[in-house]
Amino acid sequence: MAETTTKTPVYALTREERRFVGLHLVFAFAALTIGSLFGPLQALEHAGLDLYPTLEKFGIQSYYQGLTLHGVLNALVWTTFFITGFLTVAIIRGFQRRLAHPGLNQLGFWMMVVGLLMAAVPLLLNKATVLFTFYPPMQASTWFYLGLTLVVVGSWIEGWGFYATYWQWRKDNPKTRTPFIAFASLVTMVMWQIATLGVAAEILGLLLPWSMGLVDGVDPQLSRTFFWFTGHPLVYFWLLPAYVSWYGMLPKQVDGKLFSDSLARLAFWLFLLLSVPLGFHHQFVDPGVPAGWKYVHAILTFSVFFPSLMTFFTVIASLEYGARQRGGKGRFGWIRALPWSNPSVTAQLLAGILFVFGGIGGLANAAYNVNLVLHNTAWVPGHFHLTVASAVTLSFIGISFWLVPHLTHKPLWQPKVALAGVWTYFVGMLIFSNAMHTVGLLGAPRRTTLGLAPYVPAEWSGYLWRVGFGGSLMWIGIMATITVVAVTAFRKKQLPEGEFVDVPVAESIEDPQRTPVWLDSWKPWLVGTAVLVLLAYGPQLIDQLFGMSATSPRIAP
Amino acid sequence: MSTSTEHLHIDPTEKRWMIASVGLLLIFFAAVTVAGFMLGIQVPTRERRVDPNTVAEQPPWSEPGVREIVPGEEYEVYVLAHRFSFTPNEIEVPAGAKVTFYVTSTDVQHGFKLQDTNVNFMALPGQVSKLSTTFEKPGVYPYICTEYCGLGHAVMAGAVTVTEAP
Ligand code: HEM
Ligand SMILES: [Cu+2]
Ligand SMILES: [Cu+2]
Repeated sequence: MAETTTKTPVYALTREERRFVGLHLVFAFAALTIGSLFGPLQALEHAGLDLYPTLEKFGIQSYYQGLTLHGVLNALVWTTFFITGFLTVAIIRGFQRRLAHPGLNQLGFWMMVVGLLMAAVPLLLNKATVLFTFYPPMQASTWFYLGLTLVVVGSWIEGWGFYATYWQWRKDNPKTRTPFIAFASLVTMVMWQIATLGVAAEILGLLLPWSMGLVDGVDPQLSRTFFWFTGHPLVYFWLLPAYVSWYGMLPKQVDGKLFSDSLARLAFWLFLLLSVPLGFHHQFVDPGVPAGWKYVHAILTFSVFFPSLMTFFTVIASLEYGARQRGGKGRFGWIRALPWSNPSVTAQLLAGILFVFGGIGGLANAAYNVNLVLHNTAWVPGHFHLTVASAVTLSFIGISFWLVPHLTHKPLWQPKVALAGVWTYFVGMLIFSNAMHTVGLLGAPRRTTLGLAPYVPAEWSGYLWRVGFGGSLMWIGIMATITVVAVTAFRKKQLPEGEFVDVPVAESIEDPQRTPVWLDSWKPWLVGTAVLVLLAYGPQLIDQLFGMSATSPRIAP
Repeated sequence: MSTSTEHLHIDPTEKRWMIASVGLLLIFFAAVTVAGFMLGIQVPTRERRVDPNTVAEQPPWSEPGVREIVPGEEYEVYVLAHRFSFTPNEIEVPAGAKVTFYVTSTDVQHGFKLQDTNVNFMALPGQVSKLSTTFEKPGVYPYICTEYCGLGHAVMAGAVTVTEAP
């Protein structure tokens, strides 16, 4: 069984809307396919098998050019294109109405596409081999910075289209609680728009003028502060759409209900409040940030763990509710009653399991002084492959297993291959991330061709071999799932006449109408967010801005 | 639609879970605070700014290397990071002494990680990174660049040789 079909969808997207969302997915999956290609190459390089000389024939001139493509295409392009497309569905289906200004959303989307192409050219020509963090004074082609700007602004515009749709709906429904999936999508977008002010300031204020030669120098420290203002909440921009599914859709897929509407909303508000003001935890070992401020952000970072723990509880309770409806028994025995034969469900369950490990590792990263041992070691990519490359990517792939049939009216191709792919990726990830964490603790740096490094002790080699092995399995797994999605999208076979795959939308056990109104009002939460961001960042931003010394000239990578 | 039926419903199990979560976080707060302020495991803090274009010509980095402050007890080490090596790339200090590293970059962003110690920080152009450590055991401790700085990044490394305490 893959996806359940229905004869009467609750609310059907129009043909244009389905095409529009589908285009998002085309770009998203193209990026993931190309980006993932470098994953096993990097992992095998660590294991001692350097395939990069062969790659030169195809125009990839170094490990680092590949790594830049891997980071940009996977972490920035795949995520942003998938998220804007998926949230569009959540908004339309949540409000059960057309977008208020489809043209606005189209504009945003095509701006993202233009930005992507603009950035892709220098990336492919080895003119922007600066990794996805583009730390100055290493300088990329101006087109790279311009392209990134357009992608971000395009995503903002799509968000404005969501807000307009919300206002229209609100006018017609002044007293109704915002439907959960639409609500959660809006919070995600608002958080993103606050978060990206940092990178907007960095690129527009510092990097673009400098790369165009209008100013001679740049301040690397200030640049990092702006970057990480965005860089941390970026991970919540990836994660929250997965939570939209875990809270608002997955329960339905397992015959369950959302366990607590109120607490689900509270968790999203807390993510809005707490996602931004803690970016210094990426700068614990930066020389230009006072230790006191790092400590403040460390404490705030632990706080954001609270809504994560709430999520853990509510999602598991919702799944258990469903499993018991399906006849599941026993303290843990109910887990077996979940529909593991449905690849969409399995992908998201495995995503959740990997995320538990990711969360525990995240606590170590956040712990101020423990970070001294981990910073910029292989532990860090070991960690975020459990988050962005597992919790997020596996969830998005799972979502695609119903979303693509929903959009195309075609049945999922080979659910068994989908299942096998998901499990292979899961097993590969366990091996890969475990080895990366351990070798990182032993001191192996990240972002490094370890095959060439003179300081690699023999004791690392067993772990590095497992990095290569696990990474190869991951690639096989992810390619299987991408193949399933692609064949489904482009196959001829249609669903039987009059049948549809509906967007799974979970009801909540409690009537949402009974959720307190303070959990459905923007003002207190927006004010709170602004105040917290100003308190946590204001003094340091002012200090670093006024103390700016733009002394670093451009240096080619 | 009426507000009279409105309430924040929290399941008793979930309430216990949330209380436990807050408790857990308080323990983490305490652990970090104790480690940072009572055990003194500190992260780098703002030290001073330099001009990356001229720092290599001016003291103390015009003569990078080890300064003996109190023989056998206290040392300072000035290190320049530049593509793709550290100056100096060999350092010798005795075991048991407090050694403070001052590192800055003359070009792009680098990292400085001294293996098997708590010394691990960014080396940025324009800023000075500072941390201290005490080597308990004699031996060779590599220090490596942990931030991508260009094609030769992987070979950017040096080593501290720790001799027997005098
Ligand atoms: C297909 C399987 C994959 C494998 C085998 C793989 C492997 C790796 C390895 C070994 C590194 C570390 C390279 C280094 O530090 O030198 C890395 C970095 C990274 N990976 Fe993956 N990866 C895979 C998929 C993904 C996915 C799906 C995502 C995100 C959606 C992702 C995001 C990243 C990011 C953001 C980095 C950091 C790049 C940087 O340091 O600049 N990876 N990957
Ligand atoms: Cu973070
Ligand atoms: Cu380097």
